[in-house]
Amino acid sequence: MRDESQPLPEPGQPDPSRRAFLKHSSALAALALTPPVALTAIDHSLDERLAAAFEQLPLQVRINGQAQQLSVEPRVTLLDLLREQLGLTGTKKGCDHGQCGACTVHVDGQRVNACLTLALTTEGREVTTIEGLGSEDKLHCMQEAFLRHDGFQCGYCTPGQIMSAVACVREGHADTPEQVREYMSGNICRCGAYANIVAAILDVKASGQKV
Amino acid sequence: MNPFSYARVTTPPAAVAARTQQPGSYFLAGGTNLVDLLKRGVVVPEKLVDITRLPLTAIEATPTGLRIGALAKNSTVADHELVRRQFPLLSQALNAGASAQLRNMATVGGNMLQRTRCAYFYDTSLPCNKRVPVQAGPDKGQPNGPTGCGALGGYNRMHAIFGADAGVAAPKCIAVHPSDMCVALAALEATVVVVGPKGERRIAFRDFHRLPGDNPRQDTTLGADELITAVEVPANELAAHSTYLKVRDRASYAFALVSVAAGLQLEGTTIRQARLAMGGVAHKPWRLFEAEQFLRGKPATLATFQQAATLAMKGAKGYGENDFKLTLAPNSLVEALTLATTPA
Repeated sequence: MRDESQPLPEPGQPDPSRRAFLKHSSALAALALTPPVALTAIDHSLDERLAAAFEQLPLQVRINGQAQQLSVEPRVTLLDLLREQLGLTGTKKGCDHGQCGACTVHVDGQRVNACLTLALTTEGREVTTIEGLGSEDKLHCMQEAFLRHDGFQCGYCTPGQIMSAVACVREGHADTPEQVREYMSGNICRCGAYANIVAAILDVKASGQKV
Repeated sequence: MNPFSYARVTTPPAAVAARTQQPGSYFLAGGTNLVDLLKRGVVVPEKLVDITRLPLTAIEATPTGLRIGALAKNSTVADHELVRRQFPLLSQALNAGASAQLRNMATVGGNMLQRTRCAYFYDTSLPCNKRVPVQAGPDKGQPNGPTGCGALGGYNRMHAIFGADAGVAAPKCIAVHPSDMCVALAALEATVVVVGPKGERRIAFRDFHRLPGDNPRQDTTLGADELITAVEVPANELAAHSTYLKVRDRASYAFALVSVAAGLQLEGTTIRQARLAMGGVAHKPWRLFEAEQFLRGKPATLATFQQAATLAMKGAKGYGENDFKLTLAPNSLVEALTLATTPA
């Protein structure tokens, strides 16, 4: 379903990302199945116009070390701000009700559920997401440990697990398997990779590396 | 989520003024419960008053005990040196609640004001007397659902066995208060400090939460224009023999089926003083006054604990799926007392 007017990527050049491909292909599939009334609404960007009519308030917050000056509607959660407005899609939306931990980020160094944090309450705070933990050249030691121990299957809960795991070690709650299980209980993994997640965290803790 | 306006305040009087000026406004602190309720349409505010910047986070020793600011985070209180040493019951109860993430967000004041997790309360298509005024009557096209109690005769495994029928011919609500922290604060005889338009007021913890009676919508005796500023915990002699026991469907991160806060002051093997409260069994943290009185001066033995448990269960009533709590609650009480008297 690619646009024929665009040239094919040259050999050796990076392919369009899987995410961009999914976005395009699913949007086209959705359009094909959408009734004409809704198509008209999408065409006129009605929901955007409605949203713009609501109160927008200024928000200054540092995200992954970068100062951001934003304009945010009061209902927007930190999770939706990160994903929808800033394109930081590493933080996942699982239950959106504080029950699964997929949206775990750090605010002023403390792990929190971004889905239950209204964005405006982070004024002046420092937010760290999975994108700000390591770099593409050099992964954070917890990310490496999750790879080494196969601490995931589908991977959807993984960013939240890793953000929570880093905090768990920093807090000093990673001394025993029992303690790790207790202090990681806010992160649900439906694939059931728990044993490997616990192993990865204990490994990082035992290595004495700076987290 | 319906649109609402937002204001950030920096002093308690400004917070109270903002709420008084606009009755449809709500205080926002940790947000762990309120944001969830907003998303589900259970709470539909006109305005949120962000109180997270108020200077109410201090935890400090006082001549009579400990004063904990209303905006101190649950995790901070649980791990605070003074709390761990003087009131291990409070520390244990806090750490038994929610997850590490939620404890980092949730405040002490917000924890006290959290709403029940009854599924009928959360689903606006189902009848609930806590969500909708009883006077509204059934199916009157209420914006957030019909009246009635879906849990009576419905899914009520998590529900109350105490106090639902107090003061009424038939129960209007069998929801339970979900907090662990409050069960410990009830046993510790804390005092809630609040400020309103007329100034400061102090509420004994036992009078802070209420039974549903005819008005299940009202969880507490806090005025609509009042703000919790602190909770005070008086010094006691219970630290050496206290236990928070939480019985739940999984080992962590689940609400209590039954929980017990037990604190004893022992002289040899004789009980000088006992403080007992239960969670997961009533619309409020359920203090066991009669069992406490019975235990005073008695030997700390299994037989005594069992007698106390029998006394504690007077007036208990099951509603079908939660009948098992009639057995689980006394057993948990005996277990908690046994653990409290067992040297660590």
